[in-house]
Amino acid sequence: MSELVASQATVERRLLQSVVDVARYAFGAAASSIFLVDPATGELVFEAVSGQGGSRLVGTRFPPGTGIAGWVASSGQSLLVDDLSASPQFARDAAASTDYVPNSLMAAPLFTADGVIGVLEVLDRGATAVRVTADVELFDLLADQAAIGLELLTRLRLGGMDQRSDRALRLLEAVESMLATSHG
Amino acid sequence: MNGEVPWRRTDRAAAWELPAWSMSSGLRSAHEFGMTALAGVTADWAWAGADGSGVRVCVVDSGVDGSHPLIGDLERSVTVAEDPDGEIRVVDHPAIDEAGHGTACAGIIRGIAPGASISSVRVLTNGKSGTGAALLAGLDWAIAEGFDLINLSLATTQSRFVLALHDLADRAYFRRNVIVVSAHNRPVLSYPWTFSSVISVASHDLDDPMTFYYNPSPPVEFHARGVQVPVAWPGGGTIRSTGNSFAAPHITAICALILSRHEWLTPFQLKTVLFLTAANVAGRRDPTWLGGTDE
Repeated sequence: MSELVASQATVERRLLQSVVDVARYAFGAAASSIFLVDPATGELVFEAVSGQGGSRLVGTRFPPGTGIAGWVASSGQSLLVDDLSASPQFARDAAASTDYVPNSLMAAPLFTADGVIGVLEVLDRGATAVRVTADVELFDLLADQAAIGLELLTRLRLGGMDQRSDRALRLLEAVESMLATSHG
Repeated sequence: MNGEVPWRRTDRAAAWELPAWSMSSGLRSAHEFGMTALAGVTADWAWAGADGSGVRVCVVDSGVDGSHPLIGDLERSVTVAEDPDGEIRVVDHPAIDEAGHGTACAGIIRGIAPGASISSVRVLTNGKSGTGAALLAGLDWAIAEGFDLINLSLATTQSRFVLALHDLADRAYFRRNVIVVSAHNRPVLSYPWTFSSVISVASHDLDDPMTFYYNPSPPVEFHARGVQVPVAWPGGGTIRSTGNSFAAPHITAICALILSRHEWLTPFQLKTVLFLTAANVAGRRDPTWLGGTDE
């Protein structure tokens, strides 16, 4: 059972990393990061990053309702901001919490049926950006896909090993032992 | 009516048996309306010379930075706060904004309707009750205070609040506290933008703050400027920001202009004036329609 929990944690890490890698690549962005909401405290937890800066921030917690990600999480609205470096307050906040101060930022909430479970961000879209509305739509689609993957993982974790995967596991063990026998 | 009109059209979402609220809120094409009866209602009639004076607007959001030069003085600044025993109250609060969003919305309203009074209710707080409970408390306060317009650039997905939100939205409608809400474009049911008692707004990508469209396939009813909008940001200065949450305050501000000229309008009359002055409705730019007056 502990192996299963460990493997699910690995799948979750891989999923989160895959989401930020795809998002960064899709927009030719400097970086992409993902936050998940801690249901107990409402804090945003920095879970994964792709690209510049921030890797030392993984695991960092941010209070709810503050900053752009905090607003996106609590309002449920996607947001794209440009000219961020022109905002002294943003630059100050960003410099205090990350190594990297972006000029533009896209942030979309990750929804499950129960509400917002996290926020996906893309920092400094590159020249591959098409046009703002198309970028926001694509970004929302990526966020939806990520949220669905996370929801499935969460259900799997809460439900534990169901009968089907139990059977599959036993089948796998049987095949492994047969292989071992035939090679031995 | 037949199946050809946009509001009866079978679309992709319906064909796939997905609910109506999961349809895209994007402006695909601005349907042209050839029909209108109230010939005297033009943009000139609606808001020429108006600056929003006499109209009281409430921004229900993350707070508003009252020290920003593009915002100026607020009439009131309050926050939803949670007592240690879990009781939710609305209390006076300094005019600050830790997230930046409410300031951006207030700046858009001030830019279009400089004469309107602006107040702020902070509902996006650090409280543990979540958005739904705080939103209810903030809206309840704004309706009781009798604001003419309530800008709500946020939504809640917490379905246990739906009945109470419906009740509040209807009360606001009958008391003429017009609630303007930003629409969602996500595959999740959220409130209260989906209610018919409010004015729901999504984005178009033109630069003109006064251009808006009527959407013949609600629940999104209007499209207003929401892409790369220059907005006030806490700490001074502006940034360009994109999202439906910036489209809603454009309609709020335009409503403030209209109400400052025509204070007797009911919410349904106001919505009709918006329809008749939308860029895709016949007569909007027809010179023979100008010069109408209600005096």
